[in-house]
Amino acid sequence: MKIGIPIETCNEEKRVAATPESVKALIHLGYDLTVEAGAGEAAGFPDGAYEAAGAALSDAKAVWSDSDMVLKVCPPSPGEARQMKAGAALVSFVQPAENPELLEVLKTRNITALAMEQVPRITRAQKLDALSSMANIAGYRAVVEAAGAFGRFFTGQVTAAGKIPPAKVLVIGAGVAGLSAIGTAGALGAVVRAFDTRPEVKEQVESLGASFLMLDVEEEGAGAGGYAKVMSEAFIQAEMALFAAQAKEVDMIITTAMIPGKTAPILITKEMVASMMPGSVIVDLAAGQGGNCELTEPGQSVVKEGVTLIGYTDMVSRLANQASRLYATNLSNLLADLTPAKDGEAVYDMEDEVVRTMTVTKGGEITWPPPAPTRLALPPEPPKTEKKAPEPSVIETSWQRWAPQVKPFLFLVVGGFLLYHLGRVVPPDFLQHMTVFVLACFVGYMVIWNVTPSLHTPLMSVTNAISGIIVVGALLQVSGPFFSLKTLLAAVAILIATINVFGGFLVTQRMLKMFRRGGDHE
Amino acid sequence: MNSGLITTAYIAAGVLFILSLGGLSNQESARRGNIYGILGMALALVATILGKAVTAYALIGITMGLGAAIGVMVSRKVQMTQMPELVAILHSFVGMAAVLVGITGYLDPEMHYVGVEKTIHEVEIFIGVFIGALTFTGSVVAFGKLRGTLSSRPLLLPFRHLINLAAVSVTLGLGVLFVGAEGMGFPLLGLMIMACIAFGLGWHMVMAIGGADMPVVISMLNSYSGWAAAATGFMLGNDLLIIAGALVGSSGAILSYIMCKAMNRSLMNVILGGFGTSGGTVVEGGMQGDAIPTSLEETAALLKNAKNVVIVPGYGMAVAQAQHPVFELTERLRKAGVNVRFAIHPVAGRMPGHMNVLLAEARVPYDIVFEMDEINDDLAETDAVLVIGANDIVNPSALEDPGSPIAGMPVLAVWNAGIVVVLKRSMATGYAGVENPLFFKENTRMLFGDAKESLTGLLAAV
Repeated sequence: MKIGIPIETCNEEKRVAATPESVKALIHLGYDLTVEAGAGEAAGFPDGAYEAAGAALSDAKAVWSDSDMVLKVCPPSPGEARQMKAGAALVSFVQPAENPELLEVLKTRNITALAMEQVPRITRAQKLDALSSMANIAGYRAVVEAAGAFGRFFTGQVTAAGKIPPAKVLVIGAGVAGLSAIGTAGALGAVVRAFDTRPEVKEQVESLGASFLMLDVEEEGAGAGGYAKVMSEAFIQAEMALFAAQAKEVDMIITTAMIPGKTAPILITKEMVASMMPGSVIVDLAAGQGGNCELTEPGQSVVKEGVTLIGYTDMVSRLANQASRLYATNLSNLLADLTPAKDGEAVYDMEDEVVRTMTVTKGGEITWPPPAPTRLALPPEPPKTEKKAPEPSVIETSWQRWAPQVKPFLFLVVGGFLLYHLGRVVPPDFLQHMTVFVLACFVGYMVIWNVTPSLHTPLMSVTNAISGIIVVGALLQVSGPFFSLKTLLAAVAILIATINVFGGFLVTQRMLKMFRRGGDHE
Repeated sequence: MNSGLITTAYIAAGVLFILSLGGLSNQESARRGNIYGILGMALALVATILGKAVTAYALIGITMGLGAAIGVMVSRKVQMTQMPELVAILHSFVGMAAVLVGITGYLDPEMHYVGVEKTIHEVEIFIGVFIGALTFTGSVVAFGKLRGTLSSRPLLLPFRHLINLAAVSVTLGLGVLFVGAEGMGFPLLGLMIMACIAFGLGWHMVMAIGGADMPVVISMLNSYSGWAAAATGFMLGNDLLIIAGALVGSSGAILSYIMCKAMNRSLMNVILGGFGTSGGTVVEGGMQGDAIPTSLEETAALLKNAKNVVIVPGYGMAVAQAQHPVFELTERLRKAGVNVRFAIHPVAGRMPGHMNVLLAEARVPYDIVFEMDEINDDLAETDAVLVIGANDIVNPSALEDPGSPIAGMPVLAVWNAGIVVVLKRSMATGYAGVENPLFFKENTRMLFGDAKESLTGLLAAV
């Protein structure tokens, strides 16, 4: 089977669907590769590298009309699609909802079209998930763009020339792009905060070292397939209040809030932009879907109200080499799955959930949208069922407030009272011993809590040996007339207490020797 | 040696004892801790023997030599599975020594006290002998139960609480008589009677406690032996005895508390005894469904194909002495790339930390051995759990059935794992006498037979 790699023609797209490495992998699967001359130029892959990898070079016409399968990044134009061989295959981003004309052409040309943006979000398909790999790049690039426009360091420093505070970055939406932005901004040294409507991503955000901003409103933001959904009125109000407060504080905002198939929600209003410090930067990764910021101009970088608003829609294409590598790998992974026999013949198993979901046209029919995906997002946390207790009376509240402070003093008073009476009656000699006893009890209490549970048995045997100290008592008593009850009893006591001392310490020693760590050798 | 030097030696010994216990906070420093303990003891003994009060060197030499020889022999010969018995019998020695020292202290003609000091001295003797006697018989019974010479079922005499109450009241009455009395003969008789009552009380108390509560009993007796030593210290006016006794006493008390908490029961509840025979939804041999038996081959395949395996050992592993095959199995699985970990419930076995010692003996590295709290949340992501001779500590009814006698006891939630294989002799209930719904769960497989034989078979099949 012949695979063709054409030049991308849409909106100055710099990416390419194959790299010399992926070409090698595809040839290994049994395919013949034809690359349009200059296809990889913009992404930094010269034609020679493709040839060296084993691909043939050709012109656009040949690539489109002779190939049995075309690998692409952007959706092809209807004109391009019309050039394709009838019954051939297409793998690229398709966006069937926005390109009905293309879909019609693919259908009439009897083309099997696999849409890369339709890869289901399941574990098995992660290696194919081009949206995630592109989002990762977008998040990274967003920070890099912000850094370019921001007039200061990200990291805080104390230098001989003065103290530099760290930059504060707010990332809205902790999807793949958001997490990537969080990680990148954090790595540059910024103080990063993140917000997402899905509380279950809190852990992921925190694992990257950012703090997760919480709302008091309780609502689940996870929609089907792990993407976010539209939220309620009350939630949005609380959210907007949070953003308004944050806007006054942070130096950079990176927004990534998108809802599949819908215009992006406006999260940053004109007023919020105006309230930001001059020189601040907003990067709007949702610009392609209208933008999360009211003032964003899609595809442009503009300065409004003293704030740089970056609304590039080709964020990924701006890192064309990296993006092409990841995308090409996603594609070669897909083809490896489609070619189990490695004989250069792709097999489309429509029973396979991944293939079925990705296929938008096949055998002259439109097979999109696919049957509803299985919900695979993290299960939502059970709703909290705390009920508000009835309002306590004034007396109760004040007692509750004071009780923790008063109680210890009550104990002190009672204890002091008892000690006072003890001290009046009891001779000082006894009290001296009492002092030692009480202090030793406290020391024991403090020390024993630190003992690790796995050493409780050795603890018991060593305390056992220590309690054999009673032998000292017997030793003090044993001297005297040899044949007396007193000496006899003391001698027996010495004997058994000594067994204790020796047995206890030695068996402890024996046990402790056995405890070893994984790598220890004796 | 003058008394100043003796006192400073005692101070040093006291500090060394504290360092010794402090050393047990982790495995690395534990051995050093034990050496501190030995040094402290040696210092205390040498200082005491060199003191002016001690002259009977020959007698001391003979008795200590003999005691040392027995101690060394015992410590060499004892098997790790017998640790609880050894600890119990050693407690009884301390108890007995406290009784003897207490009586001797009373017989000592050189002690002359008057007024309040006399009263205090006599109270101290009385308390010391009482605790010592209680510890002695209690430990002997615990020893017998652990050894199997006595039935581990609780002995429930009729009116047992009344008997205990009566014993305590008589003891108190005798105490009042003893403290106030003049002369020698009558008070000594009172002391002896009280000792006998305390012996009886200790015997009865531990007899009434079931086998599953042994970790609490052992740590309680540990605590008593400490208090006995401290009481003796008061009697002799010896601060070192007081310090050591207080350390041991509080150590045992904390251990008892930890063990009780691990069973979700109060100390009173354990001491009053009779657990596992009354109340709740104890089903007399009633099956709640069908347990699914499995074979060695199936289990072996299961373990080999798992990524994460958790092994939960219980008393059954100790009884079958199966810790060595467990270790071999662990090693083999780990070599095959399986992540094997151990989950230890605080009251698994018959004394605190019992399982850890057995695993350590079998050379299982301690960094793959985890406590219940550390590992319980991970069990849901575990592919396979191997339960070896444990029952009550993996019983889901503790969490699910409020009527269960063990309701509220924290347990290892092994049923959340992919699959659970239970190695067990039969379908009999554990010490708590409670039916275990775990055995009837869909993801549970039963591998019947002696734990050691099953594990040896597994080793061959893996």
